Amino acid sequence: MNLHSNRAAALAALALSLSLLTACGSDDSGSDSGSESGGGGGDVAMTMLPKNLGNPYFDTSTTGAETAADEVGATIEQVGPETGDDPAGQVPFINTVAQQGADGLIVSANDPQAICDAIGEARDAGVKVVTFDSDTNPDCRDLFINQATAEGIAAKQLELISEQIGGSGEIAILSAAANATNQNAWIEMMEAELESNPDYADIELVDTVYGDDQDQKSFDQTEALLQNHPDLKGIISPTTVGIAAAARYLSESESKGKVMLTGLGTPNQMRPFVEDGTVEAFALWNPGDLGYLAVHATQALVDGDITGEEGDTFEAGELGEFEVGADGVVLLGEPFTFNADNIDDFDF
Amino acid sequence: MTTPRTYSEFSRPLWMRLLLTRETAVIALTAAVVVYSLATVPNFDGPLTLKFLLQDIAPILLIALPMTLIIITGEIDLSVASIVGLSSVMLGVLHDNGLSVPVAALIALLVGAACGALNGFLVAYVGLPSLAVTIGTLALFRGIAVGLLGTKAVTEFTESWTDLATATLGSTNIPVVMVPFVVLALGFSLLLHFSTFGRGIYDIGLNDEAAHFTGVDVARTKWILFVLSGVVSAFAGIYYTLRFGSARGDNATGMELQVIAAVLLGGVSIFGGRGRLHGVIAGVVLIGVIASALRLERVTVNVTNIIIGLLLIASVISTPLLSWVATRLPRKAPPSEEPTPPKQATPAGV
Repeated sequence: MNLHSNRAAALAALALSLSLLTACGSDDSGSDSGSESGGGGGDVAMTMLPKNLGNPYFDTSTTGAETAADEVGATIEQVGPETGDDPAGQVPFINTVAQQGADGLIVSANDPQAICDAIGEARDAGVKVVTFDSDTNPDCRDLFINQATAEGIAAKQLELISEQIGGSGEIAILSAAANATNQNAWIEMMEAELESNPDYADIELVDTVYGDDQDQKSFDQTEALLQNHPDLKGIISPTTVGIAAAARYLSESESKGKVMLTGLGTPNQMRPFVEDGTVEAFALWNPGDLGYLAVHATQALVDGDITGEEGDTFEAGELGEFEVGADGVVLLGEPFTFNADNIDDFDF
Repeated sequence: MTTPRTYSEFSRPLWMRLLLTRETAVIALTAAVVVYSLATVPNFDGPLTLKFLLQDIAPILLIALPMTLIIITGEIDLSVASIVGLSSVMLGVLHDNGLSVPVAALIALLVGAACGALNGFLVAYVGLPSLAVTIGTLALFRGIAVGLLGTKAVTEFTESWTDLATATLGSTNIPVVMVPFVVLALGFSLLLHFSTFGRGIYDIGLNDEAAHFTGVDVARTKWILFVLSGVVSAFAGIYYTLRFGSARGDNATGMELQVIAAVLLGGVSIFGGRGRLHGVIAGVVLIGVIASALRLERVTVNVTNIIIGLLLIASVISTPLLSWVATRLPRKAPPSEEPTPPKQATPAGV
């Protein structure tokens, strides 16, 4: 290594540092104007931290959150890891919120425990922390906005299938794996409800099959259900993979429009089948409402209207009044029904 | 100290030569970015910045120490992040089965040493290229880590240990993990810059055959470095696990690239034979400061990665490009004999 190249390296480093400073400078001016418009009236500053960016589901929540932020006069900014569900990927963003001393953090946790220390530091810095979609351990955060309860999901699916088959006839369930915890809990509740609720006295659950959340297997199981139960009038598939596969089978079969299908699905997967009449209506929660409610809850915490204690109530704009339940959980409500009238309003 | 001493090097006083080194350039750039960020980035001057910054870069700082030595010998260790993941899982699984954190951590360190010993054996004694060997063990160690825990995570650790991992020294904002880092950094500096073992490391990087003939035990040196890399990576994995209170098979995925990027940015030649630890430490800090400042500016991760990537490419290109330019420029005082740079043309390894 001779002197010339050393000096050249130093010059290059200097040039680099200058270009870097310029780059920072332009970013800086952009952010300044942003915080002026945001901070001018002493507005509340919130940060939205989804599991990852570029995910249509979370983009929908952020859109809902932005609507609510406009209503309450808060500023909201979405940040997050680009990909994956690595909990460590969320921590630097939570730290940044603590450094900035933002008013509120709305986060969908990639791990119930791993981000707790970082959240604790943010709360020490005065940040109100609200989880949505995926909770942390309850003592880590101020509130959790829960999209749906198991009871709500079970009840909603029975209500939909009962409507669609006219209140009587044979139904079957196409589930995920035989040992899937969530699905089994819902199926158990649906079975109990079918037994006990007089409204469903004429509905008979004849079979439960498992598609293992694989598209092809779910497709084959749907075919088998229709062959084994010629009088079948409806199928409930409480899993997004299952309902899409069953819809694909039905849409190409002669049972289309005769055997009804409902369950939990996402609008983008189900759109063609709602449009071609295979599926009348299905359920899930509305991630937009979830983000919307999270912002109103955060605002109520920041304003001091609520502390997150059980029994606290707050107003959430067009969604109405909400009450904080046990463990600081706020329930969005019963699952949202998607049908031909509203499916085009959603993109996730 | 190890670069060939040529006439032109001695043509300037010592202080000037020190100021004009590549390491000084990286340190100056780091200082410039810090000063600029303090002045212009909102909240960068806050009390939490130093703590979070050091916590974030601690695993990279740690692993960069042995990585620097390995790259100076002309080899590379791509399996470090997988060893982080494996030691994280070992700590989690063993603790979950009733072992205390220190005992589980000790076993995790031994597992890390064994991983490094395997890499070192295949590279040093079997004579396989380290790039290929450690791509293989990158997949192997990560596979074992994910296989042991699946998609689960162990999150129940004794609180006093997780608290220690996030604690700071007294009333300062310096994380406790900086203590083992400083000790290791001093140790590795002594080893690399002030021992015959360290001399041997440079000699191997310049020409391992020549090093062999001058009495350096090339295989043993490389083997020891890979074992050190395994142990330090496992230590970083233990810190990582306790800091986040979460042992997962996919912990620290991709961290090897952050480490290698920082080492190269710090002035270590990927062809071996050249580089110094203080430059590498400055390189890690530089990347950490840029990432931290840009996050505070709410710049997205993509843009941050693009900036760091460009910085790395520019720094790698700058050396050969500018020395090529330098050879075209007329020299002020040409030496009577044109010294031939002994290393430049013979990349060892990789």
